[in-house]
Amino acid sequence: MSEILIENVTKRFGDFVAVDDISLKIQDQEFMVLLGPSGCGKTTLLRTIAGLGMADEGRICIGDRDVTYLPPRDRKISMVFQNYAIFPHMTVFDNIAFGLKMNKFEKPEIEKRVQEAAAMLHIESMLDRYPSAMSGGQRQRVAVARAIAMKSEVLLMDEPLSNLDALLRLEMRAELKRLLAEIDATTIYVTHDQIEALSMGDRIAVIKDGIVQQCDVPDVVYDKPSNLFVGSFIGNPPMNFMDGQVDYSNGSVSVYIGDFRILPENEMHPLLKSYHNKTILLGIRAENMETLKQPADDALEVEVLVVEPLGSQNLLTVKIGEHIIKVATHPTFYIEPGMQVWLRFPVNKIRWLDEKTGAALYP
Amino acid sequence: MSRKHDVQQPKAEVAPEVMAIHLKMKRRQKLGRGMIYLAAIVLSLWVLIPIIFITSMALTTPEMVRAYPKSILPFIPFSLDTLRFFLGSYGILDGIINSVIVAAITIVLSTLIAAPAGYALSRYIFRGRDVFRLSILAVRAFPIVVLSIPLAVAFLNLGIYDNVFSLGLMHTALVLPTAILVLSSVFASIPYELEEAAMVLGCSPVQAFRHVVVPLVLPGIAASAIFSFVLSWNEVFAASILTIQNRTLPAQVLATLSYSPDPYKFAGSFFMLIPAVIFIFIIRRYLFNMWGQVTK
Repeated sequence: MSEILIENVTKRFGDFVAVDDISLKIQDQEFMVLLGPSGCGKTTLLRTIAGLGMADEGRICIGDRDVTYLPPRDRKISMVFQNYAIFPHMTVFDNIAFGLKMNKFEKPEIEKRVQEAAAMLHIESMLDRYPSAMSGGQRQRVAVARAIAMKSEVLLMDEPLSNLDALLRLEMRAELKRLLAEIDATTIYVTHDQIEALSMGDRIAVIKDGIVQQCDVPDVVYDKPSNLFVGSFIGNPPMNFMDGQVDYSNGSVSVYIGDFRILPENEMHPLLKSYHNKTILLGIRAENMETLKQPADDALEVEVLVVEPLGSQNLLTVKIGEHIIKVATHPTFYIEPGMQVWLRFPVNKIRWLDEKTGAALYP
Repeated sequence: MSRKHDVQQPKAEVAPEVMAIHLKMKRRQKLGRGMIYLAAIVLSLWVLIPIIFITSMALTTPEMVRAYPKSILPFIPFSLDTLRFFLGSYGILDGIINSVIVAAITIVLSTLIAAPAGYALSRYIFRGRDVFRLSILAVRAFPIVVLSIPLAVAFLNLGIYDNVFSLGLMHTALVLPTAILVLSSVFASIPYELEEAAMVLGCSPVQAFRHVVVPLVLPGIAASAIFSFVLSWNEVFAASILTIQNRTLPAQVLATLSYSPDPYKFAGSFFMLIPAVIFIFIIRRYLFNMWGQVTK
């Protein structure tokens, strides 16, 4: 058992608070992704877990061991670094074997584990090579092999794919996911790439300014962002946001976008009541709006500004009030800029957010 | 050589004036390259001729050295008599031994001091780091004259004057600025991530340094040590001022130079020259590494 418990961890650099009172519980063998823009504190948090930077406050436990003040070598973790950190003066074999040698494993065991790890990453034929004679993708494989050869219960990865070119990254992403499913390590994976996070993680912790904004399974983070930041950081295109006026009369709540009336779901009524005569933020994903070419009573008429055919979909840019909205349509939906379309908003796909705080309203 | 070839194969659609410009450009390019080679040859000869002359004089008979005009062909007749005469002269063998001791002290001390200093400069951001860096260079700016005379007084007061060990201290001080800056750039070329990776894999900080950093910086440290050796071996001013009886080779040669015969001078120059030339050949690769592409 090696669940990871992060309790109220704070890390400061001078006056700058990089990690601000973060608490997370990562289940045994879970794949947790720390996602956020650069400078949000995700790497700092990972390094604190690895022991490469001591937490200023709080506690970190791995399994039932409190590791907060242990040096990295006593934490029983493995780590893959962003720039691979392969030792240039050692062959691939010696690189993979390094940690095993330092931990005084028997020679046959080292040999066996190196072969195993190399086989898992398809670099068996390169064991005698030096890293300088390898491509970036191959060095990446050595770095991962070196980490998994340790068979640690905890595997930390710091943006391991960010230095690969796009095609290789796609390939390695799927391969890493398969690999990590094979080994039984609890994994914490840092990335700024939201697609990586969505496609790989069991759960995603979205971090901004040293604070966890939302921590949930990818579907929920994507469909039900907890605030404006999460909605606009995740997804390509990001979630659309627009203003609506709340009206509470005759015992029912409606929200108006201009003259267009939306009837929220019943469970939202009690919450929205308090916003009577105030502005509220509606969030909706580009692919969740229905686009019509003919007028309909329950659809809002808008003008198309830009059409971007992306192959799998056509992305329309439309303007609603002051807000620029992206709408995804089927690639066979032919439309020209300047034409009118009608948008239908399925109410169960709408996120309601407080206009001032940007926080989502939860029933 | 290829001009004929160029002219014979003009493409049909190329206008003759374009062809002419093309040829002119090519000729100019060749001329430019020729000038660079010429300059390189002149420079090399300027440096090499005295070296060859000294070597050839040192390796011939004393009679040949005194003869005038001198033979144009070097090493004729080849003989070790001149060198033997030089080595047999008073104070020379002792001078060589002293030089070696001083150089050894300089290498050991400068490496022991410069390596940690260079590591700290490259790895840690501390208060006064830039001031420290600048002050290192400032020490280099003092002429040896300015340093030597107060040092001679201080050494006299301390009772360590005329001693190879105190001269070693002096040479260490002379070498340190360059050694520290060179070694800090060597350390800086090794990503700290490598040490972190080693620590995660089970090393203590000291083990990480020993297993990862040391093997990678060894060539750089060797280069800096050799630099220290050459500087100490050739340094004459401080050596002359700080020693009387226990002279190093250059100080001894300088002291007796004005009343020495020609064979002595040539053989002395030869002895001063050889280590520097040999070591430059050895460290050439590392120098390129340091100032061009830093070792990955």
